[in-house]
Amino acid sequence: MPSVCFYFQVHQPFRLRHYTVFEESPRYFDEFKNASICRKVANKCYLPSNRLLLDVIRRFEGRFKISYSITGVVLEQFKKYCPEVMSTFDALAQTGCVEFIGETYYHSLSFLYSSDEFVAQINKHSELIQQLYGQTPRVFRNTELIYSNELAETVEKMDRFDAIITEGADHILGHRNSNFVYRPPNCKRLKLLLKNYSLSDDIAFRFSNPDWKEYPLTADKFAHWVNRANGNGQCINLFMDYETFGEHQWEDTGIFSFMSHLPEEVLKHPDNSFMTPTEVIDTYDAVDVVDVPRVISWADTERDLSAWLGNAMQSNALHEIYKFEDTIKQTQNEELLADWRRLQTSDHFYYMCTKYFADGDVHKYFNPYESPYDSYINFMNVLGNLRQQCEQSLLGDNKKTLCKTS
Amino acid sequence: MRVFMLGWEFPPFISGGLGTACHGLTKAMSGLGIEVTFVVPKAVNSDSSTHVKMLSPLQCQAPKACSVSKSYEEQVEEKFSNVSFRHIPSALEAYTTPEYYKHKIEDILTLRSKQTITEEGIDPAIEHWLHETNPVVPTEEHYSSDMYCEIHRYAAYAVRLAIQEDFDVIHAHDWMTYPAGIAVSSVTGKPLVIHVHSTEFDRSGEHVNQMIYDIERRGMHAAQKIIAVSHLTRNIIISRYGILGEKVEVVYNGVEQNGENRALAFNRVGIRSDEKIVLFLGRITMQKGPEYFLMAARKVLEEDENVKFVIAGTGDMMHRIIEMAAQMGIGHKVLFTGFLHGKDVQKVYEMADLYVMPSVSEPFGIAPLEALNHDVPVLISKQSGVAEVLTHVLKVDFWDVNEMANKILAVLKYPPLQLTLREHGNFEVRRLRWEGAAEKCRDIYQAVL
Repeated sequence: MPSVCFYFQVHQPFRLRHYTVFEESPRYFDEFKNASICRKVANKCYLPSNRLLLDVIRRFEGRFKISYSITGVVLEQFKKYCPEVMSTFDALAQTGCVEFIGETYYHSLSFLYSSDEFVAQINKHSELIQQLYGQTPRVFRNTELIYSNELAETVEKMDRFDAIITEGADHILGHRNSNFVYRPPNCKRLKLLLKNYSLSDDIAFRFSNPDWKEYPLTADKFAHWVNRANGNGQCINLFMDYETFGEHQWEDTGIFSFMSHLPEEVLKHPDNSFMTPTEVIDTYDAVDVVDVPRVISWADTERDLSAWLGNAMQSNALHEIYKFEDTIKQTQNEELLADWRRLQTSDHFYYMCTKYFADGDVHKYFNPYESPYDSYINFMNVLGNLRQQCEQSLLGDNKKTLCKTS
Repeated sequence: MRVFMLGWEFPPFISGGLGTACHGLTKAMSGLGIEVTFVVPKAVNSDSSTHVKMLSPLQCQAPKACSVSKSYEEQVEEKFSNVSFRHIPSALEAYTTPEYYKHKIEDILTLRSKQTITEEGIDPAIEHWLHETNPVVPTEEHYSSDMYCEIHRYAAYAVRLAIQEDFDVIHAHDWMTYPAGIAVSSVTGKPLVIHVHSTEFDRSGEHVNQMIYDIERRGMHAAQKIIAVSHLTRNIIISRYGILGEKVEVVYNGVEQNGENRALAFNRVGIRSDEKIVLFLGRITMQKGPEYFLMAARKVLEEDENVKFVIAGTGDMMHRIIEMAAQMGIGHKVLFTGFLHGKDVQKVYEMADLYVMPSVSEPFGIAPLEALNHDVPVLISKQSGVAEVLTHVLKVDFWDVNEMANKILAVLKYPPLQLTLREHGNFEVRRLRWEGAAEKCRDIYQAVL
């Protein structure tokens, strides 16, 4: 009976270049670094994975389905730095077996600071997905699966999403498990799809860990675990970063061959199927209400906001950037607005995390900076310049209007 | 475990980090029940006798010129129950210039001529050697030969002391005590461990003093084990002195925890003026990079006038640095305090918003740990051993004055940065204890026994 629901997160931030307080140039992003990382990950992950999944989808003639959430900022970079990735995603979209999920265009934490900005970025993202893939997203996921009852209410008010994807954290589920469709309290329309973090992390994190007692993980072993949910679940939500394939788990770990064999192993059991998130919510009713009064996320063991909002630097940087939302919007300068929004990408705040810094773990691997302090300094210097640009732009406008009136 | 330890400075008679390190290490060893006999070559004043004399910790405060607070003495008595001190009347002092050194040795020579050494039970051969190594009046041109015989004189006295003592292992700190270490080791047959706090390449860059290099090299080759204060230093020992890596162990320095500091740090909240203070504390020598500090200061002042730069310490580059500040037109923004002792050090830390250590080559660098211990955030050069152990600090290449200024300004401009650095830094530094270093030393002793 269980339907396996894959959702892959595709995202790359616009990394900042080294920016000292003495700089005056309004160019903030490291074109070279972003282009080379984008191409590197494209070659290791996006291109081989897209080709592989395209092949599997064709082989199973509609029985294997997946979904993606691709941020606006990574799509901008694909377009600029490796257009071939765009065409493979397009090919996937055309199979009819791929669903695209909605999120904030800039992979931002805007929900926590400005609901106007949050809604504007979701709309911008949906427009882009419609334009590129001819689908308007019906399922929403927020940055890093950050979620709360309040977020559900905000999204419900937008009146065009049917479900939200979030983390199946133990403390929100209690005795229940994530293999059912749930719904938020105080919402009529929305359903909730919760990540099965145990099975998802088996692939995303533990797959190549030789110390793991289940190592090596094979497709038939994993399919066996899926079968175990028979009778005690409707959907198995496997949500993970797309970079798992080839980038986090390198090709030589066998991750690609695992993915290539998984569909046939899962489908060996006649009751199993693959579904996209929309199919899951159209097929199954919500069984219960899941109450999330406090904000959760999919990060670290804490499943909270501490990776982005855990120290004084992070909260200061976030407050500072949202503090001049009004000013930046007053300028009506598209470039300034785009830069301001690119600075909202959650990665910038993740780099400032001091939580596990001394231990040097996963946080460090994705960090282009030598230390969280360096990243905060760089970010604040950029923000300072952007604020100046803003003020100058407004001052220029004032002068113009003064000239006109005189 | 009994250790015959050869050092050259000890608080309160210190001019740099070595004395602080010896103090912390011996105190922690004492706590582990290791018995330490500490031999210090200290230039003694007239009221001390010139022959070798066994001194208790309290007696070793003898010179009148130095004021030692009562609390310090009490502390010494209590914490150093297993450490005894031996002083040798020698002109050796850490970090002296040749001129200063020459001046000192002349003082001692005049003293020596008035008295004769009366010792008994010394091997005639050693006695002979001791005579041979009696200081001669230095010739005008060759200061290095004075240094050389001075070191050997220290060695001779150390041997004389050693044959009266009972111990298991010899532990020698830095190059001036290596010949003594070798001599004691060959006379007593006890294993020698040398502790490298600094090498000639750190102090002099590429313009090494060949005599000092030779002494260092000989010491390293003679030792059974070498303790390096960082991997940076370990690499220099291996690559520049031709030592096998397996012989060199890294033991990081620690920092002594002082309960007083925290209370005082809290007191300063709310009473500070609006002017920010950036602190350089260390010897004003090539090795410490004071000129990079000034160059960064100028850049900072171009952006923010409301900053004072305090240079605490003395050294052979002091005059050049004062002149340089004046030439840059920032003389009024740079304050020179001279060498600071005890409470004054604490005071200057309390005033500082940021501590900067722009060292060109720093084998370890204890001062940043002390700054963190005083709740002061720190910016250190990447060319320092302490950068290997600290993560919650700002790091910069010493030559990158632009970046140095950028980071100084960031600390002054963004209070959350200062706050986060201080909170995490202070937490991190509390894990760096001398007890850990002492335990590692004990393991190394056991390996050579």
